[in-house]
Amino acid sequence: MQIIENEKQYDVVIVGSGAGGGMATKILADAGLKVAVVEAGPFFDPANPEQQTQLKWPYQSPRRGAGTTRAFGEFDMAYGGWEIDGEPYNQIGDTQFDWFRSRMLGGRTNHWGRISLRFGPRDFKGKDRDGLGDNWPIGYEDIKPYYDKVDKLIGVFGSKENMYNEPDGYFLPAPKPRLHELYYKKGAEKSGVKVMPSRLSILTKRINNERGICFYCNQCSRSCSVYGDFSAGSCLIFPAQKSGGQVDLYVNSMVREVEVNQEGKATGVLYINKEDRKEYRVTGKVVVLAASACSTARILLNSKSAQHPNGLGNSSNMVGKYLHDSTGSDRMAFVPELMNRKRYNEDGVGGMHLYSPWWLDNKKLDFPRGYHIEVWGGLGMPSYGTGFNPNDLNKYLGLKVGGYGNQLREDVKKFYGSVMGMSGRGESIAREDNYCEIDPTAVDEFGIPVLRFNYSWSDNERKQARHMHNTFEEIIENMGGIVLGDKPGADRDYGLLNPGRIIHEVGTTRMGSDPKKSVVNEFEQLHDVDNVFIVDAGPFVSQADKNPTWTIMALSWRTSEFIIKELKKQNI
Amino acid sequence: MNRRDSIRSLFLGSMAGGLALESCVSEPEAAIEQKIWEYQYGRTPEEQAYDEKLLAQQFFENSELGKIKRLANLILPPNEQGNIEDANVPQFIEFMAKDFPSIQTQMRGGLMWLDNHTNKTYGNDFINCSEDQQLQVLDQIAYPDPDASEQKQEVKFFSLVRNLVMTGYFTSEAGIKELGYQGNQPNVWDGVPEDVLKDHGMSYDKSWLPKFVDQSKRNDQAQWDEEGNLIT
Repeated sequence: MQIIENEKQYDVVIVGSGAGGGMATKILADAGLKVAVVEAGPFFDPANPEQQTQLKWPYQSPRRGAGTTRAFGEFDMAYGGWEIDGEPYNQIGDTQFDWFRSRMLGGRTNHWGRISLRFGPRDFKGKDRDGLGDNWPIGYEDIKPYYDKVDKLIGVFGSKENMYNEPDGYFLPAPKPRLHELYYKKGAEKSGVKVMPSRLSILTKRINNERGICFYCNQCSRSCSVYGDFSAGSCLIFPAQKSGGQVDLYVNSMVREVEVNQEGKATGVLYINKEDRKEYRVTGKVVVLAASACSTARILLNSKSAQHPNGLGNSSNMVGKYLHDSTGSDRMAFVPELMNRKRYNEDGVGGMHLYSPWWLDNKKLDFPRGYHIEVWGGLGMPSYGTGFNPNDLNKYLGLKVGGYGNQLREDVKKFYGSVMGMSGRGESIAREDNYCEIDPTAVDEFGIPVLRFNYSWSDNERKQARHMHNTFEEIIENMGGIVLGDKPGADRDYGLLNPGRIIHEVGTTRMGSDPKKSVVNEFEQLHDVDNVFIVDAGPFVSQADKNPTWTIMALSWRTSEFIIKELKKQNI
Repeated sequence: MNRRDSIRSLFLGSMAGGLALESCVSEPEAAIEQKIWEYQYGRTPEEQAYDEKLLAQQFFENSELGKIKRLANLILPPNEQGNIEDANVPQFIEFMAKDFPSIQTQMRGGLMWLDNHTNKTYGNDFINCSEDQQLQVLDQIAYPDPDASEQKQEVKFFSLVRNLVMTGYFTSEAGIKELGYQGNQPNVWDGVPEDVLKDHGMSYDKSWLPKFVDQSKRNDQAQWDEEGNLIT
């Protein structure tokens, strides 16, 4: 097949338009560079009424919000999911790694929870604390100025708490907690669990004249049509274009490989246009990969050449290794005091108004690292599933379960808003033997070799999940609630969810100062090829008990400034 | 950036791709309007095509739909708040049977079982039984044993129908109103109403109050001092 050439020569070709790619687009275009953004999914703008799901009612859909077409329900703004038609991935042995991909401009930032936590000083030096995993080659002081800039550019609400490992930033004010969150606070504090306002990238206050302010519809997962929450398209790529940046978007364009010249330096990328299914070439002085940790590893491993026979940037054999996701486990509670609640508009922002950061000292525990607790519940919008098992909770009240007739209406109304839940999200230990690699036996519908995964949890993570459930049960009891469901035992890994489920997969192209043990240096530059950079979560050495997005963006900003300097010095 | 700018930028960059979108955008407004049918909620073209395919098919026979309607009316009899017809519950169940093919056999078989049972007991199809007889059948299948590890098929069938009826109703306009949900509209959240806090013996921690948003200043552009303290 003939490759279709593009006459334009770019300064930078960026693969992927999520948090990392979006931030690189903004910083590099603002510096006057000519940028191509190559995105595997379609164009998306949350303000486009034809794509908007925000403020829609369940009855506007024939399936009332069920998750047939989108994993988190059909109004959720992620085009893709755990499985994508024509784009399979495989498992090695009894691995059950669940890989979530969102194919659209802005990627997963269109639907994410907006939990925007800085890694703290301890998070960069895990090995110093417990001898496990590796330290990052950088520390909090290196990245702090970029966290500060991200806070001010994008906006994040929170509160100053002066906690060493939960660094404060430039916060917008926090929204007041909802009723079930006050119950949680009461129960958690009784057990000595720290509770504080959450830190989410949602505008509770004006930050500039381009973006609207949150109007409290609770639907950040649908992507905000007034740009009141952070998405990479609405907050980074569109502003970069608007301020006169030279940004060309190539959408529905699936990158297969990075091409190199005789000297082994990158010259650009090859992609398949999903609409005409032909191959295209786009060239640039620098290639920035931001396709997500596993997709970037896949592109590197598929970029084999005489100069890089083991795949691009893979002389260390480390590409794909050290893959790790956050630990996760959830529990629900029925709170009888919340039955027959008075009704009011309790939507609030999308997600929780308060949460618990990690609060314990591991010296007294049988597992390393920590987890944070997220809280959910309230008088939410009905969706597919509302009214299921309408009176199962009657069994806790000594009343009859089941039946028919108008009593069921009263049951649904009685229990509405009386169930809440908690989710623990923690740090796992990165290991070389948890990895993704190219599966030589399979290709996707574009002829690109696919990934297969090898992943197992260890007792470090299992014991952490056990601790989560002990904590949840204690808190639920403290707040006068009834724990729902059985406590998961050893046979179920103490409720530990499959790896990949928390959608915080990181580490596949980790950073380090030793080129034999890492893929990129502290500026996310390939050790092997100086004009290729990785700005997604692949370079993470360890994940911390935080969500990765804020760190992806701070690092991407830092790397982008490095690229600008190096281009000026003509080093790359 | 406005939508036109976004699209222009898309085409600038898109030597390849974007053709489908281009043809769609250049179509006259009215033609696009015409294509958008009653359900409008930001689906991708693939999702819309899938939904249209399902909506063009019929899974349940009319006699089965009649039984579903009867069951739905027994599960949730009409009252002044709303009824299952206005809530489009039968149409919703028909759609879900195509959307979740895994429930098809259980639904069809369960409806058949109803007739088998009433023919044997009352010498009549379910739909032709008296209301008393129909309710007698329901009395046998509407109460799962909460402590049992498994339920009989007819109990499972009825639970499935009840779930679909209940969720169909409470995701309808009337059902949402009856439930009392008041959101999904622009709002300014300023905490739990005072009387509700009082009823639950709760209050906002005084030491926390300075952390919260002052909604009268939400439109003032955020500025901070060098220590990160908000000064606007």
